[in-house]
Order: sequence, then C-alpha cells, then structure tokens
Amino acid sequence: MSYSTTIEGTRFRFDDLKTLLAKASPERSGDQLAGLAAEGPVERLAAQMALADLPLKTFLAEELIPSETDEVSRLIADQHDEAAFAPVASLTVGEFREWLLFDADDEALESVTFGLTPEMVAAVSKIMRVKDLIAVAAKRQVVTRFRSTIGLKGHLSARNQPNHPTDDSAGIALSAIDGLLMGSGDAVIGVNPATDTLDDYIRIVRLLDELRSRLDIPTQTCCLGHVTVALKALERGAPVDLVFQSIAGSEKANRGFGIDLALLEEAHEAARAAKRGTIGDNLMYFETGQGAALSADAHFGVDQQTMEARTYAVARAFRPLLVNTVVGFIGPEYLFDGRQIIRAGLEDHFCGKLLGLPMGVDVCYTNHADADQNDMDVLLTLLCAAGVNFVITVPGADDVMLNYQSLSHQDVVFARQTLGLRPAPEFAAWLDRVGLTDQEGRLVASPDAFLETLGASRLWN
Amino acid sequence: MSKEDVARPRRFDIGAFRELTEARIALGRPGAALPTKAEQTFLLDHARARAAVWSEVDWTRISAALNASELPSLPVASAAADRQIYVRRPDLGRQLCAEGAEALDRLAGSFKVAPDITIVIGDGLSATAVDFNAAPLATALAERLKARGMTLAPIILAERARVALGDPIGKALGAKVVVILIGERPGLSAADSLGAYLTFAPEPGTPDSRRNCLSNIREGGLTIERAAASIADLCAGMIKAGLSGVGLQAALEREGSASVSLTADEGNA
Repeated sequence: MSYSTTIEGTRFRFDDLKTLLAKASPERSGDQLAGLAAEGPVERLAAQMALADLPLKTFLAEELIPSETDEVSRLIADQHDEAAFAPVASLTVGEFREWLLFDADDEALESVTFGLTPEMVAAVSKIMRVKDLIAVAAKRQVVTRFRSTIGLKGHLSARNQPNHPTDDSAGIALSAIDGLLMGSGDAVIGVNPATDTLDDYIRIVRLLDELRSRLDIPTQTCCLGHVTVALKALERGAPVDLVFQSIAGSEKANRGFGIDLALLEEAHEAARAAKRGTIGDNLMYFETGQGAALSADAHFGVDQQTMEARTYAVARAFRPLLVNTVVGFIGPEYLFDGRQIIRAGLEDHFCGKLLGLPMGVDVCYTNHADADQNDMDVLLTLLCAAGVNFVITVPGADDVMLNYQSLSHQDVVFARQTLGLRPAPEFAAWLDRVGLTDQEGRLVASPDAFLETLGASRLWN
Repeated sequence: MSKEDVARPRRFDIGAFRELTEARIALGRPGAALPTKAEQTFLLDHARARAAVWSEVDWTRISAALNASELPSLPVASAAADRQIYVRRPDLGRQLCAEGAEALDRLAGSFKVAPDITIVIGDGLSATAVDFNAAPLATALAERLKARGMTLAPIILAERARVALGDPIGKALGAKVVVILIGERPGLSAADSLGAYLTFAPEPGTPDSRRNCLSNIREGGLTIERAAASIADLCAGMIKAGLSGVGLQAALEREGSASVSLTADEGNA
C-alpha cells in the first residue's frame, strides 16, 4: 500500500510503510548510506505529515519484515497485547504524540507498554522534537533489580567499565577501583574482554566477583563476552551475575551476532538457575545501537532507527536488568556528528522506555566522528532530564581497549551533584557506610577509612 | 597477614599503581571535574587523533621517498570524491574512481608478466600513520620481497582508500597477492598506527575472512623491520599455500608457525 501527502500543490508519494518511515526520519548518515533517506527537508516533512495522519493500527496490518522469514517480526506480533492497546487504538500517529505529551500519566504509559509495537514507537519518535522525547521519557519509570535497584526517579546509576587492552587482572581491578572511588558501579561493574576465550571469561568474572564480595558492594558484575561463552562458564559454576549479549532488530542481523531467540532463552534460564540475585532476578544485559543491522546487511530496506526499536522487542522478551544503546560507537557512517548522536541517543532512550526497557546510554563517540566532549556533556545533561537509568563511565573518558571515548567517572559526579540525582539506594547506603560519601551523599575529598580498608585488603599485595 | 599489618593498615594510594594500566586512572577530582592539566592533555590527544583522520597525506613526499629507493609509484583515488564523503560512504572507498581504474589498466597493459605482489599505500583513517610509517615500511618490505625472488608492481598510492580498495587494484594488475598498508582509526593514545592487510587472489567482493592482518605498526608498537619481515613471510606463505585468511591461519598453525591476527579494524572495513 502506498502513502501520500500534498504540500502547496506538490504531491509526495511513498511506496510502502517502510519507505514512509525512512523518509520521515530526521537526517542521519546511515539512512543516506543505505539509500533510504529523504532527498531533502521538504520531502522529509511531507513524509512526517503523511506519517502523522497514519492510524496506529496500520502497523498491526502491515509488517515491515515478513513474519514468515523473520523471528523478530513473529516475536513483535506475539508480544502485542490487544487490551493494553485499547486506549490508543483509534489514534493516528500525530494524535498519539499528543496523547503521550498531554493525556498519559505515568500509570497510563506503563499499562500501554505491551500494546505498543516497536514500529509505532519509532514512528511517533520521528515526529517528536528533542524536548518531546525528554518530556515523555521522564514520565516513564522502569525499575529493575538484582542486588541494587536501578531506574527509580531521581536516581542515576553508572556502569563502571574497567576495560584493559590485554585483560590484565591488576589493570582491570585498578580501573574498577578508580571508578568506585567516584561512585561509579551501581548499575554494574562490567568488562568488555579483549579476547573471547572461556578461560579469560572465567578469570574476569572471578576477579570482579572477588572485588565485589570482599568490599561487600551491593552491585552486580559482568564480563561482556559472547552468550555462548557465558553459558559454558555457567556450566562450570563460574560466578556469572549477568549474561550479556549484543542484539539487533532482525533474525539475520542476530545471526550475524551468532545468536537467535532460542539461544538467549537458554542463557536466560541457565543464569536464573544460578539464583545469584538478592533483591530481584532481572539478569540479562543487552547492548544495541543504530546501524548494527545495516552494517550486517540485514536491515531489509528499513531505516536504522526503526531497526533499533525492533531490537527492543528482543530485549524485552527477557526482562533485562540493563539495556544500553552504544549510540556513538558504531561510527560516523551511521551517525555523522554530535548533532546526530545526541538526537539518536534521546530517540533510543525514549523508544526503549516506552517499550518497558530499563534504558541506559553509552554516551560516546569515536575519533572519526565529528563530535567531542562538549557534545557528550549536552547528551548526558539531556538524558538526565529524560530520566535515563544509567550511563557508562571509564577512567578519564578514554576507553583504552575499545579505542573510543565514553564518559569519565567525574562526569557522573557532575550529573549527581549539579542535577541532584542519587545512586541506586543500596549502593548509596554502601557509599555512606564505607565513608566515601558524607551525610548529604556528596563524595568526600579524602575517604580515609575506605582507603585503609583497601590498603589492608590483600587485593593488592 | 601479620597482626601488626591489621593494627596499622596502609592507606591505599591508587596513584602508586599508574604503571599497571594505560587507562587514565588517578587523575584527581576538583569538585566534579577533571584537573585542568588532565583535561587539556585529553583535548590535545583528541586534537591529534582528529588531525590524523582529517588531514591529507603528503603524497608528493612519499612518492619522492619511494623514488629515492628506486621504487616507482602510481597515484590513484577511490570513488569517494572528498574526505567528508569518504568518512560517510565506506562503500565508495572500496571502489576505484574511473580515472584510477583506467590508469591501472594502462599500467597492467605495459606488463610482460603479471607481478607476484602489489603493494598499495592507502590513507585510511590516519594520514599521520601514513606520513610517518608508510614509505619506510614499503621500502623495507620491497627489499625483502625482491630478495626472496618475488616480482613487484609499481607501488600504488591510493587516496581515500578503505581496506577492500586493494581488491580492484590487485585484480587490475593481476597480482597473486595484494598488500595494503593503511592508516588505522586513531585512538587517543596512538594516532599513528598503520595496519597491513594481505589478500591472495584479490577480487572485488572478497570477504574479510580471506584476509590476514597485522596492526599497530608504529614506533612503540610493532616496528617497521619486524612488520616487514612478517608481511614478507605471509606473502611467501600465501603463494605457496595458494590461499589467505582463515584457511592460511589454519595451514600455518598445522606447520607450527606463529599465528597471525585475523581481526579486521572495523573502522577501516
């Protein structure tokens, strides 16, 4: 079915739903690379106008990628809850935007979660400004638990990412401590391994678990190796808190990551059986990012932001503790500059939250993108306004293993102090108990008691 | 641990362990910020990395340096018309521009016998890496290849090149093996790393699994001499085995030779 709109006598026609969505997408290099982008601002606006008039129900009638050949499309269809959809069933995409901004309170947003499909959420995001994306996301609290409670309003958690170019144990531990001293690590202490061997995976999770248990930190740890390696480590009884996997929005793209839904389910069950969570059992950790499907030639003519939202259907099937987009990591051929990265980060956060995900963002960029620390400051501040569950921090904003820039631990100190956000409650209590923070919850200049505990521990000698 | 240690615990000083990781630990924290010096060191490193990505290689100097070693060269460009397009369109960086394709065809027409090896120098994502390291590496490599009896095409200087641009170049010249020396995506700590990618029987559409790769070629990383020796060994191994990539790695491992990294630098792919 084709769609069209007329602006001042000129008729714009869009051949099918995926073309309409792609042409309505705010400008980004990835859609241009794929040959899907609008030719210019007028065609883009024509598509956005046609999209605004489209009934939300259209997305239930017309699939972007056929269910017959794609298990993610089947999952999206299975997840759709007719009753939950009822309050918005008669709306157009444009009316849905207004409903989100004006009518819907926190409860209404929560109850509509499984009535919404990724395509509906992607569609409405395309006709929303940055301010709109923030205003709606800020109303949608998504809380998850394992050893800490993540996502409460007024809180900001951080993944402490102590990567090392050769996975050296002392290097990882020191980097983790550097972050803990600045209050980073309440979302997870999570290492991207340089190698993907089982021995290194087990060594890394043991190291992180020892650090966590010796210091009695109410958080969880993770080695971000492949899910198949995590499964083998679980079989051997290694201390695996969270199972990690990169995921994407089509069956073919997931196959490129060496996974399918059945494998994720197997890993989810195996990790649940280990029963390591103390206050909750959310234990999957997923990373996503616009451009992942295109880079695997598995986007089927669908724009990269809609493919990203489809990825969230995969994520929400497994009740994850953490999901984050690696927004600026995939490269300038997908998101060219700071402007595109900032918009995409807010879109991903908005779409993830509406679909019920505990959404975090890796606020980051590579050296061949036209972006810098100022752009990251802007994105961090906007995400905090939007109520992001967590961000990622590394020493001095320089990831020496993955060769890109994320946030520094100091950046999270800034967000908490200047914007008045608190760490996860259990972690905040720990920071207080070990003397890293004062009565107002502010980091102390010289945490003597904690440094003496560290000095006395045998972690270092 | 003795009782005395428990009684007087030593205060942990993270700054004392700085040498254990390249990570920027123990920077300090005036309020919620980085100290000025750490902030500006970071900015300088970022500026260097950006300059490496966006500046142009001094091709005249490289061509002159090669000439001085009696190595002729031929400049070509990819189908990406400028650096902005090059960064946005990796697909164009993998194809030759029309003039480049014609120049290579003319060159191939002048050969009596097709050469064994074609060396390509591509700018990739770091002009700095190419300016510093490419001519010395190409010279050292050519010397070793010739000493082992392999024949060489003129060195192709490829502007706005991705790794796979070596495929149409190697194919046009009928080379058994194409070696592309290319600037790697710069990190903050090193902006001058060169990568070397080798492909047997190159042709457009060759999957990355059919390439072998050496990375981090720079002062302080893999040295020029060691890189040249490894690349020459790989060229000889490829011609002998008649293949490259994962298959060659398996063959070399069976022979007990040192294994070769197959990890492609994603930024350049």
